[in-house]
Amino acid sequence: MSVIETETRIHTDQDYILQAKNIKKYFPIKGGILKHTIGHVKAVDDVSLSVLRGETLGIVGESGSGKSTLGRVLLRLMDPTDGQIVFEDQDITKMRYRKLRPIRRDMQIVFQDPFASLNPKMSVSELIEEPLIVQTNLTKLERKEKTISLLEKVGLRSEDRYKYPHEFSGGQRQRISIARALTLNPKFVICDEPVSALDVSIQAQVLNLMADLQDEFNLTYLFIAHDLSVVKHISDRVAVMYLGRIAEIAPKKNLYETPLHPYTQALLSAVPSTDILHKKEKIILKGDLPSPSNPPSGCTFRTRCPMVHEKCSEVRPELTEVGNGHLVACHLYTGK
Amino acid sequence: MSEVKLLEVSGLKTYFHLENKAVAKAVDGVDFYIRPGETVALVGESGSGKSITSLSIMKLINKPGKIEDGRISFGGKDLVGLNDKQMTNVRGKEIGMIFQEPMTALNPVFTIGNQIIETLIRHKKMTKNEARLRAIELLKVVGFPRAEETMKEYPHQLSGGMRHRAMIAIAISCDPKLLIADEPTTALDVTIQAQILDLMDEMKKKFNMAVLLITHDLGVVAEYADRIMVMYGGQIVEETTIEKLFLTPKHPYTMGLLDSLPSLEKEVDRLGAIKGTVPPAHRFPIGCRFSDRCPKVMSKCRDMNPSIYETDAEESHRVRCYLYE
Repeated sequence: MSVIETETRIHTDQDYILQAKNIKKYFPIKGGILKHTIGHVKAVDDVSLSVLRGETLGIVGESGSGKSTLGRVLLRLMDPTDGQIVFEDQDITKMRYRKLRPIRRDMQIVFQDPFASLNPKMSVSELIEEPLIVQTNLTKLERKEKTISLLEKVGLRSEDRYKYPHEFSGGQRQRISIARALTLNPKFVICDEPVSALDVSIQAQVLNLMADLQDEFNLTYLFIAHDLSVVKHISDRVAVMYLGRIAEIAPKKNLYETPLHPYTQALLSAVPSTDILHKKEKIILKGDLPSPSNPPSGCTFRTRCPMVHEKCSEVRPELTEVGNGHLVACHLYTGK
Repeated sequence: MSEVKLLEVSGLKTYFHLENKAVAKAVDGVDFYIRPGETVALVGESGSGKSITSLSIMKLINKPGKIEDGRISFGGKDLVGLNDKQMTNVRGKEIGMIFQEPMTALNPVFTIGNQIIETLIRHKKMTKNEARLRAIELLKVVGFPRAEETMKEYPHQLSGGMRHRAMIAIAISCDPKLLIADEPTTALDVTIQAQILDLMDEMKKKFNMAVLLITHDLGVVAEYADRIMVMYGGQIVEETTIEKLFLTPKHPYTMGLLDSLPSLEKEVDRLGAIKGTVPPAHRFPIGCRFSDRCPKVMSKCRDMNPSIYETDAEESHRVRCYLYE
């Protein structure tokens, strides 16, 4: 039984919709004449996290940090190399696909690119009805009613169901993707960069819609994005990923007001701000993200860290609680 | 800042003639100017005409698009009247341009060195050796520690941020007076974005360049630009200094845009979304182009498109809205 303290409450297993322990996802690199495995890209490297029922957990990170891979592994769209995933008290890590299928009703995903994630040959009603045909035995009429009610919920008109994806704008397509994800009344939805392809005014519409739907359907979101302001707006807790690992995870307020990890601090300082009266000091990180096939020893951030010291290259910092549900993986805070 | 104008665009109209006889008025009567050494931002959502405005300045508009009307006066000459050959002496030499996606802007089959050298030989009439030395120098300026080796590398061998640096090196190689940056950092992560924007700012000061910064990111504008123009439906709807735009925005569209941005500084329950979507360029409303989405719409807004009004006696603050008539 795992117990994590957040604020003043103590959470038990029942409070979690999803618990992931020591998740690893390595992709082999093949090379040589015989295509032997010559190395691994460590996309996700030992990540543990738990998602509370009804919360929105944001995951931020730059490209290559492994946040999307993590999302896919948690839904078993990819099999983890190692680790354990428990969804609603069921260990789904090695569950066979046939057994997994009924559970899939409860977990859905909305992808980034609404141009690539909808089949261009299917009309909107076909797209939305497909999960109902596969997963339920509703009649044709019931399916039609369900489709219409979903379209109206996401702000489209019922006549739109005869149209094809290319007839819609980006924001409308993302609404269709959301409607499709909600067809089976899921409990848990992973949103992988759902608004990053949209213009700001449309982005605001979709974010508001997602918040409304969360209240109405009592959804739990895992919200993956690179935009720190968007994640701040929608999340209750936020995890920061760097090179396949979680650098820091905390309730939103703590993370944005008192970021502890030097990476989180740099990331927050680099976000351009529209607040022209209070210019903030920028921490400019040198260099690029190292290659995940050959990550630095010890702390993976040490090559770009302004606070680096000797220990960082030798010992990998563990994610450690520093109070109020605020966990950080940095030697500056773990003492000793 | 001096009152000399480096670039002055007046009454610019760039239309696209579609197959079904419809006309997409992508840029429809745009006026603005840029003074030497200042950074002017052109902001708008997709379809607002900001990129077409920049491509019109470079005269990179191809059929079915055409510059229908207007003057683009740059350093005393009218670019609209120049032929292709004369224009090649402006592009890359007097006006540099950097794009959103360096992988499509750089030639994948030539080394970075080759691409800089080519520009220098063409525009600066340098010998190959002079050009090579200058190219190495430029790469060092934009932050390549191993410039000699980078000269021999191909674009795919560089990381995203490094490709951006290479593209900036090419754009500034001939000391342009104006740099057009079209969504220069949209494809980059924030930590790399900060590096690149700081580099651009440093280059601008070092070479006293003016910058036309085209972006949809108001945060970037607030930090790096001196003046801002907000575009909507092929027209400028508000134009003023950074301070005025962010402290006292006037056009309902600008206000909506600012409200719809989630921010790190303030906490709101709901974002102030603008209803509807940007209308396509061949189906603008008859009156004000924002009228269908405007929360303050009046009946005359639907009849006739307002002209742009000066609302500030001291410093320019132009707004295209009947509320300020």
